[in-house]
Amino acid sequence: MLKNQRAVIAGKKSWGNDYFLFSLEAPVISRKSKPGQFLMVKITDNPYPLLRRPFSIHARNKHNIEIFFQNTGVGTSMLSQKQRGDKIEILGPLGNGFHIGERSESKKASLIGGGRGAAPLYFLACELVKKNINVTVFYGGKSSEDLPIASKFKKENIRTLCSTEDGSSGFKGLVTDLLETELKTDTPSLIYACGPEGMLKSLSKISKKHQIPAELSLESIMGCGFGACWGCVKKIKKGNTAEWHKVCEDGPVFSAGDIIWD
Amino acid sequence: MVDISVDLGFLKLKNPVIAASGTFGYGIEFSPFIDLNQIGGFVVKGLYLSPKQGNPPPRLAETACGLMNSIGLQGIGVERFSKEVLPQLKGLRSALIINICGDTNEEYARIAEYLDKHEEISAYELNISCPNVKKEGLCPAQDPDDTYEIVKLVKKSCSTPVITKLSPNVTDISEIALSAEEGGSDAVSLVNTFLAMGIDPETRKPRLGNFFGGLSGPAIKPIALRMVYQAASAVQIPVIGIGGIASGRDAIEFIIAGAKAVQVGTANFTDPDSTLRIIDEITAFCKEKKIKRLQDLSGAVDLNP
Ligand SMILES: Cc1cc2nc3c(=O)[nH]c(=O)nc-3n(C[C@H](O)[C@H](O)[C@H](O)COP(=O)(O)OP(=O)(O)OC[C@H]3O[C@@H](n4cnc5c(N)ncnc54)[C@H](O)[C@@H]3O)c2cc1C
Ligand SMILES: Cc1cc2nc3c(=O)[nH]c(=O)nc-3n(C[C@H](O)[C@H](O)[C@H](O)COP(=O)(O)O)c2cc1C
Ligand code: FES
Repeated sequence: MLKNQRAVIAGKKSWGNDYFLFSLEAPVISRKSKPGQFLMVKITDNPYPLLRRPFSIHARNKHNIEIFFQNTGVGTSMLSQKQRGDKIEILGPLGNGFHIGERSESKKASLIGGGRGAAPLYFLACELVKKNINVTVFYGGKSSEDLPIASKFKKENIRTLCSTEDGSSGFKGLVTDLLETELKTDTPSLIYACGPEGMLKSLSKISKKHQIPAELSLESIMGCGFGACWGCVKKIKKGNTAEWHKVCEDGPVFSAGDIIWD
Repeated sequence: MVDISVDLGFLKLKNPVIAASGTFGYGIEFSPFIDLNQIGGFVVKGLYLSPKQGNPPPRLAETACGLMNSIGLQGIGVERFSKEVLPQLKGLRSALIINICGDTNEEYARIAEYLDKHEEISAYELNISCPNVKKEGLCPAQDPDDTYEIVKLVKKSCSTPVITKLSPNVTDISEIALSAEEGGSDAVSLVNTFLAMGIDPETRKPRLGNFFGGLSGPAIKPIALRMVYQAASAVQIPVIGIGGIASGRDAIEFIIAGAKAVQVGTANFTDPDSTLRIIDEITAFCKEKKIKRLQDLSGAVDLNP
């Protein structure tokens, strides 16, 4: 069941003025949430910015959930100024998450995160590990500063390979190129990914070429987050027909093969 | 006790707050957040005779205190609606209003006819004012004759009361409101969204997939209020005020301007329980000002210097 509640910011961490992590006291939402689901976060009680902003559930424990976000505009900038002890209104858990452990053969998973797209992958990686699935995280960014949560994965003993476009850390190039080099020697049974559209498009191709099923988490501008406005659609194939489907309700996670890229 | 009930003549509401079409889904989407029985009523998402694809994304763009949309009325069509959705809406104690769309006058009439036997439907709202389906945002509500013809045809084909939803994208709103009244409309609701556009300066591309879209939210409230005042001054039938309402005081402004009831749209996205909050705030306002019957406020604007 969905819940709209005020949650106390129990913890805050920041990396410069770009990346932020909030820990929120929300036991009910925490208990119900699955990796890949998201929250709609109210930025302010004033009418600007007007809409809530969607953020993936980054991690959870018994009482708290975490969001990890990048400062990219008006809303995220205002949110980043909130302090420990402040309350924010959150709605969730929303959407369908990643499918976990539904195929018996999926014993080895590659998780690909581009920039802030790594946010939902931490929660996912932790759940996969619990199911004894072998996880490798491919984490890409523009520069070394764009990989702030790499250490979190490593702390969980998750194999984490990084890439940067400027070569300041790890593999020099795109995270999808890093994945391709890895695929030469090692094939996962499943790919999970979240990140910029260009990255997800390339992954669709890679998934097809290597015949590895992939689950991709899409972004879209959202009016409501719970299926009421029809504002967040992407073209998705169901059976033989392709139609506009709601990212918030039918997604945000879709099978790579079902997404029709324009 | 404050009496905030509303009598529209053809329909009694327990309070003046109705959720606006396209911002409230089919109602069901909001049941995790509010008890649907507690609001005055709700208007379901615009319905065409056949299923409709809608416009390409991006369908939403935010602007200061406002939202632009170019959804294009994607929907399941009237047949699936009556089979799959209507049964779920039976037995509600709030008014159920169906927002009807059409490409031709006959299409409006056919939907009205098709759904007429359903007693759980309190009224139709004719959406002759959507800026997102025809080229250049054109719609029938921009022409007094087109408005008159559609209303007249629909009234002939059904016994369910008809509310006509007007467009703000006109020079003289009184003229259109009068045409709807002459056509036999039982009420008018206004405003639908304002034709608008946005451009991304980085890419020079329009922010909306359909280029033009409709602006809603707090940004439009003063213009909507002016138009509601003008329409209410022109017609005898009840006027339902819409546009940027996000608080009880906003709703009261529209009622003082001459509206009998109000619709709440975009605010449902920011706060899914905003309709209930607005009802509470209206009651609190009346208590504070010692107003016994909310209806006494309708049209009570004080124009004395
Ligand atoms: C399901 C989902 C999960 C997400 N999870 C995360 C996360 O965990 N961490 C994170 O940093 N970001 C995440 N995002 C992206 C985040 O929602 C946007 O960065 C944020 O809304 C930008 O808001 P702004 O006001 O700062 O930017 P502005 O550009 O000022 O926003 C203007 C409008 O555009 C929308 N918008 C802008 N960029 C995006 C985008 N890329 N995706 C969707 N809407 C956008 C905003 O919501 C707003 O309506 C997620 C998006 C979705 C759809
Ligand atoms: C996303 C969205 C979808 C809408 N869809 C419809 C619709 O299907 N039919 C209709 O008559 N009006 C539709 N509207 C207009 C609203 O019902 C309302 O008239 C308008 O948004 C102004 O009110 P507001 O400022 O409170 O949102 C829509 C508005 C929005 C924002
Ligand atoms: S964001 Fe409103 S329907 Fe998806």
